[in-house]
Amino acid sequence: MRLALREALLAFRRAPLLSVLSVTTIAVSLFAFGLFGLVAVNLRSALQRVEERVEVRAFLAEGTPADAAAAAIADILVFPEVATAEYVTPERALARARTELGEFEDVFEAGVLPGSIELRLREGQRAPATVAAVARRLRTFPFVDDVRYGAEWVEKLYRLRTIATVAGLALGAAFAAVAVIIIGTTIRMTVLARAREISLMRLVGATDGFIRLPFLLEGLAKGVLGGGLALGLLYIATRVISAQLIEVTFFDPPLAAGGVLAGALLGFVGSAVSVGRQLRRV
Amino acid sequence: MIRYTSVHKEYPRTGVALTGVSLAIGKGEFVFLTGPSGAGKSTFLKLLFFEERPTRGEVKIGPVSSATARTRDVVDLRRRLGIVFQDFRLLEDRTAEQNVAFALEVIGTPQGAIPARVARALAQVGLAGKGHALPRELSGGEQQRVAIARALVNDPFVLIADEPTGNLDDRATRGIFDLLRAINASGTAVIMATHNMELIRRNPYRTLELNRGQLVFDSADTPGDGEGT
Ligand SMILES: Nc1ncnc2c1ncn2[C@@H]1O[C@H](COP(=O)(O)OP(=O)(O)OP(=O)(O)O)[C@@H](O)[C@H]1O
Ligand SMILES: [Mg+2]
Repeated sequence: MRLALREALLAFRRAPLLSVLSVTTIAVSLFAFGLFGLVAVNLRSALQRVEERVEVRAFLAEGTPADAAAAAIADILVFPEVATAEYVTPERALARARTELGEFEDVFEAGVLPGSIELRLREGQRAPATVAAVARRLRTFPFVDDVRYGAEWVEKLYRLRTIATVAGLALGAAFAAVAVIIIGTTIRMTVLARAREISLMRLVGATDGFIRLPFLLEGLAKGVLGGGLALGLLYIATRVISAQLIEVTFFDPPLAAGGVLAGALLGFVGSAVSVGRQLRRV
Repeated sequence: MIRYTSVHKEYPRTGVALTGVSLAIGKGEFVFLTGPSGAGKSTFLKLLFFEERPTRGEVKIGPVSSATARTRDVVDLRRRLGIVFQDFRLLEDRTAEQNVAFALEVIGTPQGAIPARVARALAQVGLAGKGHALPRELSGGEQQRVAIARALVNDPFVLIADEPTGNLDDRATRGIFDLLRAINASGTAVIMATHNMELIRRNPYRTLELNRGQLVFDSADTPGDGEGT
């Protein structure tokens, strides 16, 4: 094991440029992956916040009696998606508008604003399709004039999240493939440089596993370095974006550790797939 | 201890290298292997340490047979063989000591056990004082001694030497040969390929002669395929 570690370290010194290149491509691969991962993570929390506010508002026809609205609310509360439902009288709507719009308060006359029923949906029932379905059902009440909800917003956020996920996966995978190729090339050069040593090892009875071990450790080390580098760059990126654009959150520790682990795996697998083939050449 | 049974070896591109070779070598024997260039001597030896496998026939060495040996058997066998080449095959960036230790390190010998065994092997080949020298700081004969020490350090039961004196002058040749004889005297079988007819004439050891892949002469006249030409 000590010998294998020494060999693995030696390999870095033998081909420093290629080693740096492997580490860098692993880092770039995970950085690309992680950047879109961050977008996804942040969109997700944004979505959660928006979703909590997802509110469906059913505007009632002028002159709808309060007890009709109350009966409707009782019906609506039976919907499985609905968390709360509340009747907002035209007077309250006006008062609310006045406080919200301060200086324009004179614009509003009593009776201009319709009464409405405001309802919130339960968690997990806020996907665009669900919201739309609830809205459709509300429209079937005869005294409901119009139903409004943040449909476009919700749909856009959902679509962004999907795009971020797919783009991250595709770009990350492309760079990962490049990383694997570069790792393979490095191993090939190392095997060639050490052909003599490797054939001697075989001659004196070293096992294949023993001969392979330094290459696998080398791959693992490069992966960990690449993963760490990617994580550092991502952290810097989040700080910069937070300072310059909008507040964004970083990965939580388990996800961050998962990133480094992914790097380690990438490096290890990259080595494992090529070392056998390369060793057969000497 | 070693048995070749109707061994035939054919390389993909160059064709037949050995054919119809049958013989037996006993424990602790000293054997010269000779014949013109291209006769198949190196091939004969490679079959012995399983660098190559026979195309037909069987090579058996100790408990290991070419017909059945698996990777692990080959690994175990090689740990009990010593192998020496004409070009020494030392690692240039390591000292004599490190070259010898290499053979122990790569088979997982405990670190603590290595220095003593290395020192003993180097003393055995007469290089006790040169452990810290790099190969390029040693003469050809000394380099070959380091290679022999590396082959000896695992206490092999057979020492296989492919033209070990091919690159050496007469004096160094005698030195290496005396060393191989001493190793043989302590019980290790030695199989040595050589072109050096004088060495063979002067020393009454068993001699095998190959020509064009056939065993054409065996001074012990072992049973099996014998006189061809
Ligand atoms: N690895 C190989 N691949 C293909 N052909 C080979 C290989 N090694 C040897 N041969 C062929 O086998 C034949 C015997 O070669 P070998 O090396 O055994 O001869 P040799 O008796 O050791 O010769 P020399 O005295 O020159 O070392 C030659 O014709 C050679 O071309
Ligand atoms: Mg030869």
